[in-house]
Amino acid sequence: MGKSKNRGSNEINASSMADIAFLLLIFFLVTTTIVEDKGITVRLPPWSEEEPDIQKLKTRNVYSVLVNAQNQLLVRNEPMRIEDLREHAKEFISNPMKREDLAEDPTMAIISLKNDRGTNYDTYLRVYNELKGAYNELWDELSQRRYGIPFSEEMPAAYKKAIRAEIPFVISEAEPTNFGEE
Amino acid sequence: MSKFAKKRGKATPAISTASLPDIIFMLLFFFMVVTVLRDAELKVSVVTPFATELSKLEEKSLVNYIYIGKPTERYREIYGTKPRIQLGDKFADVHDIPLFLELHKQKVPESRHGLITSSLRVDGLTTMGIVQDVKTQLRKSGQLRVNYSAKKRPDSKK
Repeated sequence: MGKSKNRGSNEINASSMADIAFLLLIFFLVTTTIVEDKGITVRLPPWSEEEPDIQKLKTRNVYSVLVNAQNQLLVRNEPMRIEDLREHAKEFISNPMKREDLAEDPTMAIISLKNDRGTNYDTYLRVYNELKGAYNELWDELSQRRYGIPFSEEMPAAYKKAIRAEIPFVISEAEPTNFGEE
Repeated sequence: MSKFAKKRGKATPAISTASLPDIIFMLLFFFMVVTVLRDAELKVSVVTPFATELSKLEEKSLVNYIYIGKPTERYREIYGTKPRIQLGDKFADVHDIPLFLELHKQKVPESRHGLITSSLRVDGLTTMGIVQDVKTQLRKSGQLRVNYSAKKRPDSKK
């Protein structure tokens, strides 16, 4: 009696289980993607009908960047290469030599970005990237100087807030011109 | 002492493969968690530009995607080669964006509506005209959190 019971409860052969699991695994590998969801996060200004009045600002505080339909840059009325934009913008914002023609104070500095409808998106994003990079570097320098840690998303919120208050990232995007759209 | 020696000499068992399925299942679950099901078929070709100052999009359920680019080969006969907008899995117009955003909002709990991000996946060769129209429409719809999708520049130091 006991013997026959023992025989009946024989183990189920589970060696094919691995194959089934492999099949499922391969199915998921094929149908899914590891998407790199990265990008430059921006906050658009709320919509308002009237144009913001940038004229009332002092010209020394405005860093105007124009990008035309040929993807050329005009920064404060002078042509410039994108590679030089970051350093130039940093100097403008921090104004270490206290020059008369650069921003009075980082809190007063405002970046005015204007492009054409024919500008390449690639160029636009590169310019935006450089401007953001300039601020990131300034934030990092300030953070290193004051707290001794690099600026990152993980740092304490109070520190981040203090840094952002000292050097606020203000960018104003004007309505684009329309000369070069195909 | 002799007890140990005896045992060793006697046993020649086959390696048990009973745990193999568990290991594979673990792998399976790992992949199920870290990957995302391939979403809508792309009808426009999008090659996002390179950038360095990137931030990550955290929660997939709070993100809606707007694709802009030239229609792919298959759709070129019908839609031409000018850059077009794709919302979900179909070609769309700028005026379809508010409805698209609203439909996505319904799937998100109301307390988290402020955290919804629009990911703009735009081809690098697109001109700014159409992007600007989309941006204007997003601003009018009150969708202000926007992420310009980009790839990490391979030669950057950071």
